[in-house]
Amino acid sequence: MPDFIELDRLEKVFTVRRRAGRLRRERREVRAVDGISCTVARGEMVGYIGPNGAGKSTTVKMLTGILTPSGGRLRVAGIDPATDRTRLARRMGVVFGQRTTLWWDLPLRDSYALMRRLYRIEPARYRVNLERCVDLLDLGALLDVPVRQLSLGQRMRGDIAAALLHDPEVLYLDEPTIGLDVVSKAKVRGFLRDVNAERGTTVLLTTHDLTDVEQLCDRVVVIDRGRLVYDGGLAGLRAAGGGERTLVVDLAREAPPVEVPGARFVRSEGPRQWLALPAGASAAPVVAALAARYPLADLSVREPDIEEVIARVYASGGVPAPTAAPR
Amino acid sequence: MHAVRLSLTVAGHSFRRYATYRVATLAGVFTNTVFGFILAYTFVALWHERPQLGGYTPEQALTFVWIGQALLATVALMGGGVEEELHGRVRSGDVGIDLHRPADLQVWWLSADLGRAAFHLLGRGIVPLAVGALGFPLALPALPLPWLLFLVSVALGVVVGFAIRYLVALSAFWLLDGVGVRALSGLLGVFFSGMLLPLTLFPGVFGEVVRWLPWAAMLQVPADVLLGVHRGGDTLAALAFQAGWALALLALGRAVQRLAVRKVVVQGG
Repeated sequence: MPDFIELDRLEKVFTVRRRAGRLRRERREVRAVDGISCTVARGEMVGYIGPNGAGKSTTVKMLTGILTPSGGRLRVAGIDPATDRTRLARRMGVVFGQRTTLWWDLPLRDSYALMRRLYRIEPARYRVNLERCVDLLDLGALLDVPVRQLSLGQRMRGDIAAALLHDPEVLYLDEPTIGLDVVSKAKVRGFLRDVNAERGTTVLLTTHDLTDVEQLCDRVVVIDRGRLVYDGGLAGLRAAGGGERTLVVDLAREAPPVEVPGARFVRSEGPRQWLALPAGASAAPVVAALAARYPLADLSVREPDIEEVIARVYASGGVPAPTAAPR
Repeated sequence: MHAVRLSLTVAGHSFRRYATYRVATLAGVFTNTVFGFILAYTFVALWHERPQLGGYTPEQALTFVWIGQALLATVALMGGGVEEELHGRVRSGDVGIDLHRPADLQVWWLSADLGRAAFHLLGRGIVPLAVGALGFPLALPALPLPWLLFLVSVALGVVVGFAIRYLVALSAFWLLDGVGVRALSGLLGVFFSGMLLPLTLFPGVFGEVVRWLPWAAMLQVPADVLLGVHRGGDTLAALAFQAGWALALLALGRAVQRLAVRKVVVQGG
């Protein structure tokens, strides 16, 4: 089976005109997306991350057919989005955290009724899907409330439901948890996980909230300045980012900095000491060496913080990690 | 069939949406009524000096005033509706959401505007006309046929008005600030529709020209249809005049829309 989403050396170049002096205008080319190749299989849940201005939104706009690529090839479900936007629109759902597709002054229910007509959803299927969304996203009490009176979290849940009533094959989420509180975030994430698991909906998640990615996606695609810098699992990203695991050692009593092969002393505070070891390395030999030489009271290992890892990936301009090879 | 049902749903939503603005509707009715009185007294004085001015009797002239007040919001002579909204959505980038829908942009907005117009006809049209009829001797038809023809004419006028406002709204794709265009469009609408003075008052070539411009289809023609100034087949000719402008301007809107979407699609939003 061919891949569901295929990007082959995808490019988008914008021409920006800028005043340069009194009358002269300078034309400058901005390569927003600069040759990205990757594929997404049906039913995958992929986190698409990168710093501001990396080209994430531009890529998503090309995937939905709003922007025409300047170069390369792009297929979604075998369709060229730019030439067949309306046909593809029936098969995809889009959620922009900062915008809404709901009718501002009307009850939530009315917007859904409109979706039913817009996507020609059969009454039976519509009923089932709406019930399910209402149930899982806790929308029951909100259906008759005008959208303008909803809180951000409620509106966001309403928007996600609106994007899923027609059973899209692919769902593009742009910052779906931006500005939401912890409870709402958890609700949204749980729902997305369910949708993906039960319906096999392919999900592409663009976000700055890496917890979203950690909790939802097995795979991350990281881009920076229009180029792909990493494509693979989260664990691989940690290793690739050169992150370090932290070993927190509680000794029986205060002691000078411990010395063990394979670990580096970071700091100490009373009987507690922090050691760093490379992300890829096993902690077992270090722990064994520690136990042999020092009186241990307790010990714990902390994975590198994903945000730090990604910050490091951005800063280094990408890593030629083994997992970045074409899949 | 699906497309028709979708349009009806969009129009229905739009109708209900405008129906939620109760205070705005009341304020609008009040304003229309007050302006109706001001214009009516002015016209009384004018027609006292020059009876049969523009071919209207004093009663017909007063009726023209109150039809104008009743239709001001319906055909959106001074702008509003799609013009304001779509313009805002283009500027904010929300139009991107509209483009993600499997529906044609123009049909979508036309449907929404028809829903809005239907609400404004009921919510802001009936009361001013009734107040005018109570306060002044109006020349309103007693038979149903002129009223039916009037409704058809108003519907065509709404479509012409929509087509003009849609073009104004689309200008936002090229102009960073469309406030000037919108102000100009509102001014043209008020003047060339006959809102201030019936277009039959304008003499010579100027009068001929303004009576053939699209804005005439928004107020002058519906008012004349209700007043029954046309004889026999002339009423149908007047409706054909409106339909012609409606089709021509909608076609132009489609062409501009294609350019606008291509501009977004190729250059980014």
